[in-house]
Amino acid sequence: MGKKRIIAETGAGQHGVATATVCARFGLKCIIYMGAEDIKRQSLNVFRMKLLGAEVKVVNSGTATLKDATSEAIRDWVSNVETTHYILGSVAGPHPFPKIVRDFHAVIGEETKKQCFEAFGSLPDILLACVGGGSNAMGLFHPFVKETSVRLIGVEAAGSGVDTDKHAATITKGSIGILHGSMSLLLQDDNGQVQEAHSISAGLDYPGVGPEHSHLKDIGRAEYGSVTDQEALDALRLVCELEGIIPALETSHAFAWLDKLCPTLEKDTHIVINCSGRGDKDVNTVASSLNI
Amino acid sequence: MKDNKVQITKNKSLSKVDEKFCELKNNKKLALMPFIMAGDPNIEITSEILLKLQENGADLIELGIPYSDPLADGPVIQVAASRALKSGTSPRKVIKLLESLKGRLNIPIILFSYLNPLLCFGFEKFCEIASNAGVSGLIVPDLPLEEAYKFSKIVSNHSMDLILLVAPTTPFERMKQISNHTKGFTYLVSVTGVTGERNKMENRVENLIAKLKDVNRNPIAVGFGISTPEHVNKVREWGADGVIIGSAFVKRISSSSKKDVVDYVGEFCKEMRLAADQKE
Ligand SMILES: Cc1ncc(COP(=O)(O)O)c(C=O)c1O
Repeated sequence: MGKKRIIAETGAGQHGVATATVCARFGLKCIIYMGAEDIKRQSLNVFRMKLLGAEVKVVNSGTATLKDATSEAIRDWVSNVETTHYILGSVAGPHPFPKIVRDFHAVIGEETKKQCFEAFGSLPDILLACVGGGSNAMGLFHPFVKETSVRLIGVEAAGSGVDTDKHAATITKGSIGILHGSMSLLLQDDNGQVQEAHSISAGLDYPGVGPEHSHLKDIGRAEYGSVTDQEALDALRLVCELEGIIPALETSHAFAWLDKLCPTLEKDTHIVINCSGRGDKDVNTVASSLNI
Repeated sequence: MKDNKVQITKNKSLSKVDEKFCELKNNKKLALMPFIMAGDPNIEITSEILLKLQENGADLIELGIPYSDPLADGPVIQVAASRALKSGTSPRKVIKLLESLKGRLNIPIILFSYLNPLLCFGFEKFCEIASNAGVSGLIVPDLPLEEAYKFSKIVSNHSMDLILLVAPTTPFERMKQISNHTKGFTYLVSVTGVTGERNKMENRVENLIAKLKDVNRNPIAVGFGISTPEHVNKVREWGADGVIIGSAFVKRISSSSKKDVVDYVGEFCKEMRLAADQKE
């Protein structure tokens, strides 16, 4: 393409760090849009991006989180499209981004398939992943969509609870709408204005969701649930204590679903959880919430 | 303004926007089309501003319906949309306002709205009440051409025009398709980017206007970034049929007190009218 300038949006900062890393490696100019609210709660990743030579642009408009960072990145892109490539971070946004991101993330599912055959000699029974925009879940699910014996479960952020006005459970509570150039489920009010999402985890704090998830839900191929901030925090602590792994707050939502799921399963059911990220970036948020 | 090869005369099948452009063409005038955000700072003041713009030389008015996530807009119009939402503006209220101005506001009104509020309202239902309120056209900046065909039919069925946009980066083949499917006029976005005042007009706009003129005889209105009399002069010299001026108006609305805003905006409209009418 010959483009020398790269832009991206980021919520938790994971995608920002990844983008900054490749830009450093290949000598490209890198600009990352991030909401002011997320810059506060994900300071470790902000530091990593800067260390890698990226410019982190603070977005103060709207709710100052992922939705607004994405809007700003799209505005930059339409302004500088002749010189700039936009690396969108989730399976959201205008076509063909949902497809591009899904196909790249599908390495997760391919690898899972291979390892399952090695470990169990068969397909897994259940795949479990958290859903913000939906990329880690879509990447895991994609190679299994046609394997109908495999249950696909996505877990959204219920924030303070899906019956409050503070959550990010788009598939559970949303209605059909358009955000960032794609039609999908959306948290919106009666006039079609996009509503604020809320989650303790920056990466799930998004009022939209990738269109393919809405489709999988529509055709009944995937199931979607949600867990609250508190349930995610409890799960994070448990995984640390039992497994010696500090999962990201986003990932902790997937773990928390086990609490509801496992009592309904038969013994020896094989579940694969996508460990989408590590929790180093979240230690400040977790410390203040858990009073450690 | 460059001479038109064929003079278009009034005809029953012409829309209100078509008729307006015919009339202007026959008088060799450049269409002046201010953009303001409905409900900024409140719906009563919007009502007064609309009448004042008509009085002070606007030929058509583009009226924005506020949206929470205006992707095609720069900071000035983003903030205007937030103010309008805070003042309780909804699509229904905008239509009510226009109903209340029927008989007094006679120039064509074109509503500018992102797609989601219209879908949420019910697109067909919205077209029906908009048409009844006297609206002449619709601009939906986030509606891609591929989706536009079916929406355009609905809009036309309700005696309004769906106006499509062309950008400097639009490939020529696509430009042709857009130009052949737009109604009323072709909206030429003069910059790669979002709305907002610019210091300079990009010179390539001249070329874009020429290219569009090669495709068909649609009127061409140039918008995004136009904010000074010099810009307006350029657009006329380059042979376009209209100018759309947004952020420059909206900025004046946000920077004046509720008491002075109508006159202040009115003065700016007069100034732009003079620029539009200047003869080479
Ligand atoms: C660790 C982690 N997991 C999950 C997500 C959610 O994104 P997605 O739903 O696109 O996988 C994020 C987003 O920032 C993240 O940082």
